[in-house]
Amino acid sequence: MNSQAPVMNQQHAPDVGQPYTRNEQACHDLSIRVRDLNLWYGKSQALKGLNIDLFQKNVTALIGPSGCGKSTFLRCLNRMNDLIPSVHIEGLVEMDGQDVNAGKMDEVALRRRVGMVFQKPNPFPKSIYENIAYAPRMHDLVSRKADQDELVEKALRDAGLWNEVKDKLQEPGTSLSGGQQQRLCIARAIAVQPDVILMDEPTSALDPISTATIEDLMDKLKEQFTIVTVTHNMQQAARVADYTAFFHLGEIIEYNDTKVMFSTPAQKKTEDYISGRYG
Amino acid sequence: MSHSFDEISQQLKRRHRKSARLKWISMGALGLAGLFLVLFFADMLSKGLPAFQQAYINTEVRYTEEASRDGRLAFEEELLPLISRTVVRVIPLQLRNNPEMIGTSEQRWMLATSEVDQYLKGHRNRLSDEEKAEIDERVATGQVDLRFNKTFFGSGDSKIAENAGILSAVVGTIMTMIVTLLISFPIGVMTAIYLEEFAPDNRFTQLIEININNLAAIPSILFGLLGLAIFINFFGVPRSSPLAGGMTLALMTLPVIIIATRTALRSVPDSIRHAAFGVGCSRWQVVRDHVLPLAMPGIMTGSIIGLAQAMGETAPLIIVGMVAFIPDVSASFTQAATVMPAQIFTWSGEPEQAFVEKTAGGILVLLSVLISLNAFAVVLRKKFERRW
Amino acid sequence: MQTNQLLLLFCTVLLLLGLVAFFVGRAKAARVRASGTAMYAQPGQYAWFAVLSTAGPAVLVGAVGSLLLLLLGANIPPMYLLAASLVVAAAGLAVGVAQVKPHFHARQAIERVIRWVLTGAAMISIFTTFGILFSIISEALRFFQMHSFWDFITGTTWNPGASFLAAAGRGDGSSAEFGSVPLFAGTFMITAIALLVAVPIGLLSAIYMSEYAPQRVRTIAKPVLEVLAGIPTVVYGFFAAITVAPIIVNIAGFFGLDASYNNAVAPGIVMGIMIIPFISSLSDDVINSVPDSMRQGSLALGMTKGETIRDVVVPAALPGIISAALLGMSRALGETMIVVMAAGMRPNLTANPLEDMTTVTVRIVASLTGDQEFESAETLSAFALGLVLFVVTLTLNLVSVLMIRRFREKYRVNNL
Repeated sequence: MNSQAPVMNQQHAPDVGQPYTRNEQACHDLSIRVRDLNLWYGKSQALKGLNIDLFQKNVTALIGPSGCGKSTFLRCLNRMNDLIPSVHIEGLVEMDGQDVNAGKMDEVALRRRVGMVFQKPNPFPKSIYENIAYAPRMHDLVSRKADQDELVEKALRDAGLWNEVKDKLQEPGTSLSGGQQQRLCIARAIAVQPDVILMDEPTSALDPISTATIEDLMDKLKEQFTIVTVTHNMQQAARVADYTAFFHLGEIIEYNDTKVMFSTPAQKKTEDYISGRYG
Repeated sequence: MSHSFDEISQQLKRRHRKSARLKWISMGALGLAGLFLVLFFADMLSKGLPAFQQAYINTEVRYTEEASRDGRLAFEEELLPLISRTVVRVIPLQLRNNPEMIGTSEQRWMLATSEVDQYLKGHRNRLSDEEKAEIDERVATGQVDLRFNKTFFGSGDSKIAENAGILSAVVGTIMTMIVTLLISFPIGVMTAIYLEEFAPDNRFTQLIEININNLAAIPSILFGLLGLAIFINFFGVPRSSPLAGGMTLALMTLPVIIIATRTALRSVPDSIRHAAFGVGCSRWQVVRDHVLPLAMPGIMTGSIIGLAQAMGETAPLIIVGMVAFIPDVSASFTQAATVMPAQIFTWSGEPEQAFVEKTAGGILVLLSVLISLNAFAVVLRKKFERRW
Repeated sequence: MQTNQLLLLFCTVLLLLGLVAFFVGRAKAARVRASGTAMYAQPGQYAWFAVLSTAGPAVLVGAVGSLLLLLLGANIPPMYLLAASLVVAAAGLAVGVAQVKPHFHARQAIERVIRWVLTGAAMISIFTTFGILFSIISEALRFFQMHSFWDFITGTTWNPGASFLAAAGRGDGSSAEFGSVPLFAGTFMITAIALLVAVPIGLLSAIYMSEYAPQRVRTIAKPVLEVLAGIPTVVYGFFAAITVAPIIVNIAGFFGLDASYNNAVAPGIVMGIMIIPFISSLSDDVINSVPDSMRQGSLALGMTKGETIRDVVVPAALPGIISAALLGMSRALGETMIVVMAAGMRPNLTANPLEDMTTVTVRIVASLTGDQEFESAETLSAFALGLVLFVVTLTLNLVSVLMIRRFREKYRVNNL
């Protein structure tokens, strides 16, 4: 599969090759544009010539077998790969008209706009309240105490956690259950009011009920945010995602509307993966 | 609702500056610690290196009959204030051992007083101006010179600064360390083997473990109190002896060796033990034939480091009386002896300027021994280090 | 005969008997085996069992006997003791050789003994602790019989003065006062100065090494810092007294302040330098074991690296950092040589660190190095001071261990 091949093959979806036009469909505003993205860990190439458009206020799921590069790709979007010294990146990741890998781009500013939720919940060793209030305060999003309280409440409500924790805001974030901790991390991410939220297998460490709660939450959150999620679980992708990209050995094999992808995959590999032949 | 990159970057400038400040401050702290170390060594070297040289006077020595009674009479009258008082004893002793020398004379390099020595090294001294002129004259003709200080390495303590040396302290240290090692190494290794390989995981074992960790953190002076009250007053071990000091230090070194040995034993993978059990070894055979040999480099490294620690220890030894004045090398484990750090402590209390230099010189000797020991331990670890 | 000679004789005979036991035991076992009988153990093991049964009981009898001699006074002549233990050795030899039988589990017997010996070795560390406790407490109690505990704890004047005359039967010793407050004030002043130096430098160095430094710098910096901990304290004491104290006096003089050459600042600073590695090394370990997911969580919110360290990493590592500081504090409180050489001898209750003041450890050394009767109140006061020092450092160590354990459980790290 070469990079010239169309990455979307359904008429509703915009083709990578064609510049996107704003009027076509409201929910298809471009959020992040990726062109010819290559990534190496030392000498081994982990991402090979990726091209993909991610759309605003949609959930895009990245699926594929382990080690296919989907998490690595996700971490390119907020430059978390910078933390690994041996990583080398080439290609374009464009957001808001700017190349996020360019020298003048401040990765801190980028992460302020592209939030992230991790595989394992990682609340800070602070109170529930502080877990959420900390970042907005540092970003000068709130100045008065009352605003801060309001923001914490709103974030917790948006994350569907408010009713469970409103009476124990001063308790440590680590005292919550796993699913609650993960929603706390989501609340923490949305309190900063980012444009995009990246989720790296957000439910893989959770029980089925917490997983369902978080899937519902993603559905609600896409009204405000662009969500890109990595998942191992194809049913989850089918349930929550508007678009799905199938990764294999560092390449995007197929990228399409989720329904189309799961009903009539264009590629043989996709079909094999979806039908459980490997993965 | 969302801010553009430029707006955010603007706001971030201040925060980035603050962030960078933390990096520089923390780097500075590390630099400061390094600077202390450099200053410390520079200070010790500048103070201590001169101790390895000593002023000598080249003069004619007349081995007369009178000189065999009072060594001073072998020299010219005017030189006497400059020559070390040690000749009073040294020359008669020499003549008694070699009676055939009486009546002869020779040119010899004689030890000068510490005042001459300090004058030549440009330090504070109590020489009169005439004496200084005399010395300057002789320096010009090469009759007075700084030469390698044999006395420092070749003799014991002395109240006469130019005659004081570190030899008796070195010997005392060696004897004390032999006692320490003989006691703490077997007991430490056995304790560690028991805890790692035999002990059931119960409250008693936990008590021993907590106790060992605690012993490692108890102030060393308290071990001195133990030594004084138990070893000396109760068991009647001779005070000031290498035996008393070595036993006290052994108890201090014990936790270090135990902890190092346990780490070494733990780093031997269980697969080795399982394999040995699998061929029918008993628990003790497994430990003796398979685990211990593999853990030996680690145990040795830990023991050497523990020994180096004990070698630098002073406080408990003062309490058990090892700060005695020992002019001659002692030959027995039960006689009074001194050790290097105690010798340094004694010298540092002497008011004479010349002893400052001796103290620093002794420190350099002690530090070089400790550094060599530690370097040896590191080399040992590097050489035998094995990753499982 | 002298004790030394007796000991030598005892060892020689025992060694000979041991050799006999070994060879006879092995020969007998080999004979039995050669006759075709299957045996439970190897000949060597039977031989070793014979040696053990010869030497073990004999040494035990000898040791217990000499202990009784020491404890109860010389009721038994040493010669009898020697003879008794040698008889036991001979009996042990006979039993050991007799036990060389096909159905005897020599190996298991040996290993039971080995196990007991190992357990005994492990007990020595417990005995050491009890030895310290016992020796200090019993002598301290004798001190408190002479002087009231309350005066000792609350008194502000330390003046052992004429107590040695009282011990010698001259004078009544009433002029002696043992109020330890000035000593503790001095100790805490110097410790506080040391911590003021060591905690910031140690913690910041640890932060630099674990968060910023490239691998190469770290591999050099860590051992270099450890060198600071390896320098003997007597050397630090000399450095403080000869080099640092005059500098402090000069600096104070520059500001028009009057400083003593035995001021508390010089030993405090030098002690601080000494404990830097204790704090930096433990803090470094703790910071390194803060999970990376914490850092990533913070960075992903758009925090700068500095903010992440200050607000997330350091608070997460705080129990460990406090524990490191407590350990450093316990070191500083018990440190002796630096203060003996660089701090004053005069008990002085003052808040001015430029004055000379003395510490608990200095007084312990001073009261035990004079030519005094062991029974005098001044000598015994050293044990009372030692007792307080023991209790304080023990408490600090235990609290520190508990904190580090809490940290370990929280983040499930095993290397601390």
